[in-house]
Amino acid sequence: MAIENTEPILEMGDVSKRFPGVVALDNVSLSVGAGEIVALIGENGAGKSTLMKILGGAIASDGGSIVINGKPVEIRSPREASALGIEFIHQELSVLDNLDIAANIFLRREPTTGGFLKLIDRKRIYGEADVLLRKLGLDLSSRTPLAQLSIAQQQLVEIARALGAGARLIIMDEPTSSLTLTETRRLLGLVKDLKAQGVSIIYISHRMHEVQEIADRAVVLRDGKNAGELQRHEITHERMVRMMVGRDLKEFFKVEAAGNGSKANGKSGFIVRRLRTMRYPHEMITFSVAAGEVLGVAGLVGAGRSEVARAIFGVEEALETEVALDGKTLRITEPQDAISHGIYLVPEDRRLSGLIVDFNVRENISLPNLESFSSAKLINFSKESKAALEACKAINIKTPTPEMRAANLSGGNQQKVVLAKWLTFRPRVLIFDEPTRGIDVGAKAEIYELIRGLAAKGVSVIVISSEMEEVLGISDRIAVMHEGRLTGILNRADFSEEAVMRLATGTEG
Amino acid sequence: MKKELGIFILLIVLCIVVSAINPNFLLAINLQNLARQIGAFGIFSIGLGLVIITGGIELSVGSMMALLGVLLSMMLTEYHFAAPLAVIACIALAMALSLGHGLLITRLNMQPFIVTLCGLLFYRGLARFITKDETKGFGSQGFDWLRFLANGNVAGIPMPFVLLIIIALITWVVLHRSVYGRYLFATGRNSEAARYAGIDTNGIVTLTYVISGLLTAISAIIFAFYTNSVSPANHGNAYELYGIAAAVLGGCSLRGGEGSVVGILIGTALLQVLRNLVNLLGIPSSLDFAVMGAVILIGVMADQIFTERRNRRQVALMRELSAREAKS
Repeated sequence: MAIENTEPILEMGDVSKRFPGVVALDNVSLSVGAGEIVALIGENGAGKSTLMKILGGAIASDGGSIVINGKPVEIRSPREASALGIEFIHQELSVLDNLDIAANIFLRREPTTGGFLKLIDRKRIYGEADVLLRKLGLDLSSRTPLAQLSIAQQQLVEIARALGAGARLIIMDEPTSSLTLTETRRLLGLVKDLKAQGVSIIYISHRMHEVQEIADRAVVLRDGKNAGELQRHEITHERMVRMMVGRDLKEFFKVEAAGNGSKANGKSGFIVRRLRTMRYPHEMITFSVAAGEVLGVAGLVGAGRSEVARAIFGVEEALETEVALDGKTLRITEPQDAISHGIYLVPEDRRLSGLIVDFNVRENISLPNLESFSSAKLINFSKESKAALEACKAINIKTPTPEMRAANLSGGNQQKVVLAKWLTFRPRVLIFDEPTRGIDVGAKAEIYELIRGLAAKGVSVIVISSEMEEVLGISDRIAVMHEGRLTGILNRADFSEEAVMRLATGTEG
Repeated sequence: MKKELGIFILLIVLCIVVSAINPNFLLAINLQNLARQIGAFGIFSIGLGLVIITGGIELSVGSMMALLGVLLSMMLTEYHFAAPLAVIACIALAMALSLGHGLLITRLNMQPFIVTLCGLLFYRGLARFITKDETKGFGSQGFDWLRFLANGNVAGIPMPFVLLIIIALITWVVLHRSVYGRYLFATGRNSEAARYAGIDTNGIVTLTYVISGLLTAISAIIFAFYTNSVSPANHGNAYELYGIAAAVLGGCSLRGGEGSVVGILIGTALLQVLRNLVNLLGIPSSLDFAVMGAVILIGVMADQIFTERRNRRQVALMRELSAREAKS
């Protein structure tokens, strides 16, 4: 561990964490020097977030040590982490948009005028907040309500809050995932400034070029273990990917895209024409998916992909659209319409929209198909149990019994429960929105296999994914979106990370 | 059923304690009276419980009872409607008003608390206005079968209690065995996920308010003939709170998606036994509400603790499973 001429301010050693159904961290070590930018990389589910949550005091580890400035510490809450100079900038912004900038920056450590009432010292918070904003190059009054700020500006407010709290180590979790290219450039510049001021950064990102540009060191995690680390001069795209995946991409996607699926035409397949969503009312989306084809949908976060999926499924109102299946035009205004035509959606937010986590596995699986387990509207429990048990076996849902609450299952198994809901009755079109987000590698492979299996049975499959490897590996064709617009559709022969990124960032029109 | 067991034990213990201190508790006349109260309160409490399972609330029950009571009296004694017609009109009105609540809540996305709070104020005011604040009654003659519903007995069992048992049986099947019941729990628990599963969540919620209206109307008719006089300003005052308390005691969560018919029944019984206890033990009746509040608080607290313990057991089971897997 060569940390050039700086004392490590943070050393985590042999940290382990086990969740129900999955070992999230297995003796992981991480050290960070003062003023060092360490990139923490790895696939989704590699354990990055878990490790950082332990450092941030959000969850407790099952074992291991944390040493800060040479002193062993125990971090039991975000407040304790903050007291040690550790601040966490989350992927989902954790600012309060009903308050103004200064109120956000000073949240939980408001200076008061003293006395019994503890009135907030308004002069001081606005004055100091303004100074912090200048320092970050944000040309706004600290009295501006947060709701008026762009996502990038809100993120700067979070960074200002971290600095204002006296952070010596800032953890940034995918900070650029919802930023435009210019905003990203500005943020990377800011990260370098922070480094120059002696602040250490742990930078979590999937964007290889960002890591290449700013990281002093890249620490790679794989399946909850240290997979190696790269010094500044060793960081290249290929080396990072090889370490992260631990094998060739081709091997990972054992179930190769079959390249089958004749082109959808007027008579067969699934066709969406002139779809305009509420979010991007001026863009029209038209695409088709043949029976047996897997269409990947790539793009950056906020490109409007989920909105398209929700509009097709009838969860969200579309301003205009024409959806046809096998030449028949369909009218879809509510999910039950889509479902009655065999069009199903496996939504992005599993715990909020995909499942009822307080229901058990059996009740979740049978929910959309309850009528077929009932006679005269009364549920036949033995029939329902049998179907749930069969579904658990068929797609290998790891649960001791179908009576287990879904909340207690691991992410991968929860996702399989969502899938099982739709597999109990024949899908025609299946839309997956980020099907493997937060899922461990083993379960991921199983879900890919299921997706390819469905396509092989003639289902039209749409897979929305922000993971490059995933979308390249599983799709027959890839539709790419940028700010609500469909910027291109790639055929298998033209697949490359560069081609997708160019379309996704709108650099090619 | 484990959930209901705790509260059931509390009920039994309470009954034993009361009868030990004052054996009059076990007199047939007292038990009969108690059962009549449980019946009348239980019927609308079941409706309120269903609404609570959707994640909603219904505050207008008491006012609606006053309105229905005075209307029933006016229809029968002043306009001389045929009794069946008056009953049907009452039931239809309650269902229509509740349908209105349901539509405002689902179509306009208004909060159930607000909609039914406005109902609470509006129906009370309407009842007082149309009667010019005069108490309405049914006299001492006629309407025999309606009086029988409220005051009669079948084999010594009060009619309201018999009706409650019949209604509870039907609701039990609907809630715990039917597709509608499962959809109701799904909608109350997570309406977003329920909608993604293709459930017509708006329809389910609206239907539930209508059912609650129906049950409120049945209770209203019983109460009207039980008291035999309906004072528009006081009749049914705070009854919605009895219903909510019974449902919550019985394991319904105001967050929605949780509850059972058996729980609501036991909750209602417990509340009425408490009122009875205040009488029999010579506790000042001004302490009536304080006793009820304390018992509800303790009941709900205990239930919360049990639920958490059960969840922890399941998590431990999953952990064990994953540990075993890691070894192999």
